[in-house]
Amino acid sequence: MSEILRTDVEPLVEITMRVNGVKHTAGVPTRRLLSDFLRHELRLTGTHVGCEHGVCGACTVLFDGAPMRSCLMFAVTAQDHEITTVEGLAQPVNGAETPTMSPVQQAFIECHGLQCGFCTPGFLTTITAYLKENPDPTETEAREAISGNLCRCTGYQNIVKSVLRAAEIANERGDSA
Amino acid sequence: MFGAPVQRREDPRLVSGNGRYLDDLGQDALAAAFVRSPYAHARILDIDVTDAIDIPGVIAIYTHEDLDGKTAERLPLLIPHPDLTNPMTGYCLSREVVKHVGEAVAMVVATDRYVAEDACERIKVDYEQLPVVVGLEKSRAAEVLVHAEAPGNIAAHMVQEVGDTAAAIAAAPHRLTLSLQIERSASMPMEGRGVYARWDSDEQSIRLYSSTQTSTGVRAAVAAKLGMPLAKVECIAPDVGGGFGVKIVHPWPEEVLIPWAARRLDAEVKWVEDRREHFISSAHERAQLQDIEVGFDDAGRVLGLSVKFWHDNGAYTPYGIIVPIITSTQLLGPYKPGAYRVEFFSMYTNTVMVTPYRGAGRPQGVFAMERTMDAIADYLGLDRTDVRSANFIQVEDMPYDHGLLFQDGRPLMYDSGDFPASLAKLKELVGWDDFAAYRTQAVAEGRRVGLGIGCYVEGTGVGPYEGGHIQIETSGRVNVSTGLTSQGQGHQTVFAQIVADELGVPIEDVFVTTGDTRRFGYAVGTFASRAAVISGNAIALAARSVREKALRIAGEALEVDPGDLEIIDGIVRVKGDPESSIALATVAVMSNPLRYAFDESAQAATQFAHTGAMDYSKPPVADGEEPGLEGKGYYSPTRATFANGMHAAIVETDPQTAEIKILRYCVIHDCGRMINPMIVEGQVHGGVAQGVGGALYERMVYDDAGQLLNASFMDFLMPYASEVPHIETDHLETPSPLNSLGIKGAGEAGTIPVSAVIASAIEDAEGFPITSMPISPDELWNLRRQHADGLIPDLRRGSRTMATTTRATTNATTTPNA
Repeated sequence: MSEILRTDVEPLVEITMRVNGVKHTAGVPTRRLLSDFLRHELRLTGTHVGCEHGVCGACTVLFDGAPMRSCLMFAVTAQDHEITTVEGLAQPVNGAETPTMSPVQQAFIECHGLQCGFCTPGFLTTITAYLKENPDPTETEAREAISGNLCRCTGYQNIVKSVLRAAEIANERGDSA
Repeated sequence: MFGAPVQRREDPRLVSGNGRYLDDLGQDALAAAFVRSPYAHARILDIDVTDAIDIPGVIAIYTHEDLDGKTAERLPLLIPHPDLTNPMTGYCLSREVVKHVGEAVAMVVATDRYVAEDACERIKVDYEQLPVVVGLEKSRAAEVLVHAEAPGNIAAHMVQEVGDTAAAIAAAPHRLTLSLQIERSASMPMEGRGVYARWDSDEQSIRLYSSTQTSTGVRAAVAAKLGMPLAKVECIAPDVGGGFGVKIVHPWPEEVLIPWAARRLDAEVKWVEDRREHFISSAHERAQLQDIEVGFDDAGRVLGLSVKFWHDNGAYTPYGIIVPIITSTQLLGPYKPGAYRVEFFSMYTNTVMVTPYRGAGRPQGVFAMERTMDAIADYLGLDRTDVRSANFIQVEDMPYDHGLLFQDGRPLMYDSGDFPASLAKLKELVGWDDFAAYRTQAVAEGRRVGLGIGCYVEGTGVGPYEGGHIQIETSGRVNVSTGLTSQGQGHQTVFAQIVADELGVPIEDVFVTTGDTRRFGYAVGTFASRAAVISGNAIALAARSVREKALRIAGEALEVDPGDLEIIDGIVRVKGDPESSIALATVAVMSNPLRYAFDESAQAATQFAHTGAMDYSKPPVADGEEPGLEGKGYYSPTRATFANGMHAAIVETDPQTAEIKILRYCVIHDCGRMINPMIVEGQVHGGVAQGVGGALYERMVYDDAGQLLNASFMDFLMPYASEVPHIETDHLETPSPLNSLGIKGAGEAGTIPVSAVIASAIEDAEGFPITSMPISPDELWNLRRQHADGLIPDLRRGSRTMATTTRATTNATTTPNA
């Protein structure tokens, strides 16, 4: 950047949270949304913002394991909490160094559960949490489980399939989603 | 690979949070935000920035007065047309008068988006409100003008006619008139628009990223507006979170202003549209009023069809009259009317402008035609599919020339399709002939069900052209680039499938780049279901030229005729003698004679590396050859290729609440040869879902003052999974004779007939005509009341005896249901 100097124009509050297992401490303005904090402070841009009024669900992250809309929360709300974003879904399996796609991620690839991919992170986090509660859903339950997230590309057909396939993969791997 | 449901190469990145959408870039850029007009029509008296300019973090505030050169002039008219006699385009920032709510009035650049929005709130704009035109009725009345330059609020008036329609209708045994209406919806991609510009003051160049459907278009427009050489402007479409038409428009004001500000401030600047901005400043589509007169015989054959419609183009017409032209031509669907006359008026209103949204005028045209087909069947007491069959263009009629000009300025001529076969498949899939029994059973259970149908033809793959470039690196990596952009269609996969087949290389070695002007400078864009057809064929041509070159070089090295060689798994080998072979990677090395070895493989191409005798009379690069194993191809079609499809739905309407539920939704789809059936199926699914939204849930609700009352996802009802039925699909593959791959476009197909299908099914369930879409439960409930009060006629259901030949004009549909 040339001569323009950036100045911190707002008072900052120091917050600490764990994101994808890593502890982060940062100074943030109190009004900074959690979604903006994750995306623009921590540069975890996998969490997307589709409406900023809590309807589309693209910004869904796991907040102490529960799916929540990060566009409706302030970053300071996450003080001392555990956040999982889409970047944290793939985990090393059996002591491997590189992470393996989670069952939900793998199922979305197999079932063509995404097109443009913008809403996808919100679906992945939502379904990950859902399958922990209900590891063996019926098709009707799978459809119900994703009915709080908007997708404009897929018509949801293959996302429903992905939920069912993710449950299968988790079962095959003998672990949870 | 071609024809296989190959898993998408995009997906591992996108499911891991490693996509790079517009707002993921430029994390250190300055942020822009806009002050937008709160009024639909007003004169700007004063803009006072006093309270905003001193906010810490505010870098600059711009209004129209600050714009210079061509940035201060009107935005370009992208698609002029002789019948668009009163075109109007807006400014990057409003000059003196605003014409719709949401028009940009001032731009703030700040260190942070939060601060930029703070500043926007403190900018005081003094407006003088002017009278407002909302809706086609008011626009037609023309008591108030949107633009003084457009008398009668008419932007365009167009007539096309084949045959003597008035005479044909007058002479027909039967006649009907219909008045129909369809409301506004919008593309509404999950990611809004966004622009990020990097000014390089050393190079005096701009690198621009835009969430666009045409990076070459944006690049050219920005270079022109900023007065820069094309060579100093590059534009890249990164991952794009959906387009559906709205992002083909260019340049949007922000696409000019952001690079303009970046240059002016010598800084990186980014703007990302928020959802409310998308509702009130990006484009909408669909709204039309349609009057139809049709003359037909006892078999339901259309002898003459006259359609007059009014199209709401909003406040500006940068995209010309493409949408109503498509309505007026694609209305004909799979049918051949004896004579056809279509007349339309494209009308101004003080609302967001209208440009193509998936389907692009076709849903309205199909609605008009299919409502007409159902009305004819009802009038004559014939099965609705029999009336359609009586009007189908037959296989032996192909290619079929309608005698009209299509949206690309070329003949509306169908290349292939088997409509009777498609209909037979659809009837079987939905169980058409068994429905009467199902209805009887449902009625006995106190339920109300209906069966609907809709047929369409979609001109896809319009020109003028696309190109492809392929380069094989010495590692064997195959780089493919094409200029058009991607918004989720899986281009990195389907184009790789084509190249893998044509070149004989593993798909894992193929890497496709789209929408990056640094890689491919000539392109048109992604719209009109054209990417697979046009870029797919261009890339196939490029691959064939690279293959030819590889075989030529390998033939010399192996001392065999290139015709005796084949490429399997990236290895060039002699047919029948697989031991005699050479890797494509090695051919790539040999294709580029070197002085300097940069790695081990490159040594083979250096000047002292050869063994054996050399012909020193020949230069290292032979005459007519170029170094490198690469090639280019362009595909420019003579005309569009026409895909088609037929949908049927069974709906249930609640006798008490008028709630409408789709019980089954069936699709027969024919887009020629499918490169990847999994991806085609996904396109159809998504299209149907948008169609269902447009039929039952989505509309833009403007009040009389031009305020959009439902400009959020809370109030604009996009379907969730709970609203989209299970979609049953089957395919017919009638190859296109127009291109060597035999493919047709598939992107918009699913959306096109849905409003017609659902209207047909609801009408069948309720027993009175449905003439306006979308339809909500409360509207249906009101229609029932009007029907009970005798204000809406019963369907005739063939009560008219076939023997009667009296010529009657029946106004089947006098009451709109809004």
